[in-house]
Amino acid sequence: MQAVLPRAWETPVPAKPDNIVEVRGLSKFYGSFEALKEIDLDFPRGELISLLGPSGCGKTTLLKMIAGLLQPTAGQVLVKGKPVTGPGPERAFVFQDFALMPWATVIRNVAFGLELRGMPKAQRHEIARRYIAEVGLAGFEERYPHELSGGMRQRVGLARALAVDADVLLMDEPFSAVDEQTRRKFQEDLLSLRRVQRKTFIFVTHSIEEAVYVSDRIVLLSRRPGRVSRIIEPDIPRDGTPDEIRRDRRYLDTIEDIWDGLKRFVD
Amino acid sequence: MSQLLARGTGMPVGPTPSFIRWIATRDHTLFWRLLSLALFCGAWEVAGQIPVNYALPPFSQTFMAFVGMLADGSLLSAYATTLQPLVIGIVISAVIGVAVGVLMGLRPLAEWLAAPVFIVMQAAPMAALIPLITFVYGIGMTSKVLAVTVLALPVIVLNCYKAVRNVNPSLVAMCRSFQGTRWQQVAKIVIPDASPLIFAGLRLGISAGFIGIVLAELLITPTGIGDLITYHRSVANYAEMYATIASIIVFSAVTVGGLQRLEVSLFRPEKREIA
Ligand SMILES: Nc1ncnc2c1ncn2[C@@H]1O[C@H](COP(=O)(O)OP(=O)(O)OP(=O)(O)O)[C@@H](O)[C@H]1O
Ligand SMILES: [Mg+2]
Repeated sequence: MQAVLPRAWETPVPAKPDNIVEVRGLSKFYGSFEALKEIDLDFPRGELISLLGPSGCGKTTLLKMIAGLLQPTAGQVLVKGKPVTGPGPERAFVFQDFALMPWATVIRNVAFGLELRGMPKAQRHEIARRYIAEVGLAGFEERYPHELSGGMRQRVGLARALAVDADVLLMDEPFSAVDEQTRRKFQEDLLSLRRVQRKTFIFVTHSIEEAVYVSDRIVLLSRRPGRVSRIIEPDIPRDGTPDEIRRDRRYLDTIEDIWDGLKRFVD
Repeated sequence: MSQLLARGTGMPVGPTPSFIRWIATRDHTLFWRLLSLALFCGAWEVAGQIPVNYALPPFSQTFMAFVGMLADGSLLSAYATTLQPLVIGIVISAVIGVAVGVLMGLRPLAEWLAAPVFIVMQAAPMAALIPLITFVYGIGMTSKVLAVTVLALPVIVLNCYKAVRNVNPSLVAMCRSFQGTRWQQVAKIVIPDASPLIFAGLRLGISAGFIGIVLAELLITPTGIGDLITYHRSVANYAEMYATIASIIVFSAVTVGGLQRLEVSLFRPEKREIA
């Protein structure tokens, strides 16, 4: 394995002592196709970090390697300082295609992570009920996924990830399958969720507006092979109403700024 | 089109004819099934009355023959004889078939070893083996059980194998991400997700088993249903012969249908309202 040299184009991130997830020299080949090249990233505890980039730049690949679902070709991921060898209880994944079991009710789906841990039914259902209510699906416990809308299914996936009480939530384009209105509602929900839960969110999106709106930090990835091209910390006022924020100068400027940077990769 | 619409809206809003209301409200699967059955029996009756063929008795006569054979007990004792090797053969095929098929889907080594064998077995006309089976194993129970197994096993194995191979990878990743063990993955994700195809395989396997047993009884030794068919043909009791044939077809269809219900209630509760 070759040594990982620091690259000039990677914005150096000051080493914080409280980085819950650290990515060190991570590369991924699919056969001979280089999907990601030497990624170095830090994810501070309690922040909401977005991975933003053009389609095919390796966002899902990166997220799955952090989740331990995919083995890196080189480099490693550290969670709470320990190298990742597979999925672990401190991380929970929200899938882009929901990944709900069609034969199980909402409550069984939400409690599934706890079921796998061998928690007794009464106890895990009590916890699941709480999170079902938290994502606004109270009353739908006994329904099946095919009876729910796309947005509701994604909430089930979110509740399932919350129910295992992981420190890090890994979300792969969780809002891409819903309409714009629901999407904005979800963004508000995500922000309020972040206020009440002391969790770290790593969030994949390819909507610049969404990334700027919800994130503390945005990691911009470039394509072929995927690399970190920039890290942006949007300085957006968080105290206004959603409409005020969306009209704020700094919000709009940040979007413009990112868009200028991304244009280079859209060919 | 617009004319049609205009006429539609201009219709007097009175009580809808009860027939239309009935059509629109309930689930009529049973009704349509019975109707198609009745049409079939009607056509049979007409064809038998013409008659299309001297050996084709009308439906009514066949039905009376069926009742007669029920009454004199010959049909029941024939079924008792036939069912024994059939049930044994199907249970063996189902247990081995599902186990081997699932294993083939899960483990590359098992796939390598077994897949070619079963693919050849499914493609080959296995019924041609039945005389060979008789030659090797005689005319007893073993041969009949083998005849059923040889026909039922390949379909069951290959369907289970395909079922496991086609399990939604995203659900498997989900199970892994929540630290499910390999065993939990198989029991809680792979088997339920594969169950529709596994059961489709079992249904096909059972139909194949019925073919196997009837062939065995016709080719090896006339016993049970096969004997009944052969005997009534030889004495030109065509009504009895058709009654026996029809009864085994209906019996097989009902068995296969029952299995579908079992599947839905065991593994796919979400389909309960649809089925
Ligand atoms: N299993 C795989 N085998 C081969 N190539 C793959 C595989 N998975 C992904 N790739 C390739 O790796 C690259 C990155 O894929 P990835 O799914 O991580 O992109 P992404 O940034 O998530 O894209 P999107 O925004 O469209 O979801 C793509 O070019 C894709 O073709
Ligand atoms: Mg992706």
